[in-house]
Amino acid sequence: MIGARIRDDFPLLRRTVHGKPLVYLDSAATSLKPEAVIEAEAAFYREVGANVRRGVYELGAEATERYEGARAKVAALLGARPDEVVFTRGTTEALNLAAWALGETIVEPGDEVLVTEMDHHANLLPWQELVRRKHARLSAVAVTAEGELDLEDFRRKLSPRTRVVALPHASNVLGTINPVSEAAAAAHEAGAVVVLDAAQSVPHMPVDVRELGVDLLAFSGHKALGPTGIGVLWGRGELLRELPPLLVGGEMVREVWLTWARYDDPPARFEGGTPPIAQAVGLGAAMDYLQGIGMAEVRRHGERLTALALAGLLARPEVTVYGPKDPSRRGALVAFNLRGIHPHDVATLLDREGIAIRAGHHCAQPLHRRLGIPASCRVSFHVYNTEDEVAQFLDALDRVVKELS
Amino acid sequence: MSYEEVILDHWRHPRNKGRLPQPDAAALEANPLCGDVVRIELKVSEGKVAEARFEGEGCAISQAAASLLTELVQGKPLAEAAALTDDDLLGALGGVVRTRLSCALLPLRALRKALAGLRGGTPPGEKL
Repeated sequence: MIGARIRDDFPLLRRTVHGKPLVYLDSAATSLKPEAVIEAEAAFYREVGANVRRGVYELGAEATERYEGARAKVAALLGARPDEVVFTRGTTEALNLAAWALGETIVEPGDEVLVTEMDHHANLLPWQELVRRKHARLSAVAVTAEGELDLEDFRRKLSPRTRVVALPHASNVLGTINPVSEAAAAAHEAGAVVVLDAAQSVPHMPVDVRELGVDLLAFSGHKALGPTGIGVLWGRGELLRELPPLLVGGEMVREVWLTWARYDDPPARFEGGTPPIAQAVGLGAAMDYLQGIGMAEVRRHGERLTALALAGLLARPEVTVYGPKDPSRRGALVAFNLRGIHPHDVATLLDREGIAIRAGHHCAQPLHRRLGIPASCRVSFHVYNTEDEVAQFLDALDRVVKELS
Repeated sequence: MSYEEVILDHWRHPRNKGRLPQPDAAALEANPLCGDVVRIELKVSEGKVAEARFEGEGCAISQAAASLLTELVQGKPLAEAAALTDDDLLGALGGVVRTRLSCALLPLRALRKALAGLRGGTPPGEKL
């Protein structure tokens, strides 16, 4: 079980904000980093520093070892093979790479790409660009009033022309954990490739790519206790081998002539240029840290805090909560609004008490339009958050209501 | 916790809220990221702001700033109203936290747009 001592691992929790101890409730935007991650990244620069893959000298070999070691750790967390793990700058770049490569390979004019109303902009805009480029069509699976994917609508919109189904594993606003294996099976039956935005799931719960049955999966290091500037595109080996790179140049190529080149195999093929080496090493340390706790325990802790927050919010008549009411069907976050009070006012007033929450559209404008609101407040949790912090947040929320209504 | 008293006061009791029957100048500004909307309307007489009204929706800061702004420009020569700076408004609000400056300054953008429209002789702006 995760105890309060875990907080000692996160140096940022020692600082104050506006003279109050920091209560950080925005881990869905980015997580705090444990000392072990900060130290692993710094140690790479202190002890090794060299570039990867090309070094004939000792330091180059050590750099490659640490970099590839990090890849193996990511693969272990996902139940994948290391050569299926492509390092990117983050989820956004991973999904852009997926959309580019699939567009070049399997999407023809008149084909369809199916997304959802609950997608983050990062899993929407790359597909908008793809259908524009390829003269294909984009449609979106509806979200039900309860904030879940409308599976009937999904089946209705799946067609023999559907080449790609892109969806989030866990919504960054509704929190909804989608029935991915069920959706993937239906998509595969229709002949589509399944791309999963796992930015809100991999950091918080056990994720096994084979169990999910998807073809490509993206997540960011910085939401998973790792550094910024590093993310992952996992791809099923047989598919990855068929896909072309987005970034071409150094480090991703076997043989280059003046007028043509032969690209390397995955994952190197997709990692043109010097990669974020120290960040990858930091991500490896984050994987170790999460595995040390155990992803099942990370999930239990997140669910416990989410259940508390949900119960507290639902008990307050002036609060509207978005998404499923059952914490077991959600990721570790809750979005909500206070009647008659703008989310930015809520966030500013809580900030004055040292409580950091998110307010805005959370990069999901179409979803907010669907919900009929311009913006929402969101609290989200990770391993370092406590039940006491949830209680502090709820108390402070009552003071906001008193102040502004 | 707490906003400055002047912000809370204008948020709870907005001044000059509503529409003018026949404004000489009007402009709408919105912040699409958070949904804040402010429309400023002016009646002009003898080179002065004879009457200023606002309408809008959004956060406490944007709406309080709009309310306060209508008071600030009331009776002012047009040139003075146009010369009103960001700091003038922020100062009158008693200071605004740096993460919320775009909310506080939204009404001032609307005012400047309305005044520019007046000078250019273009008719009052978009509908709210």
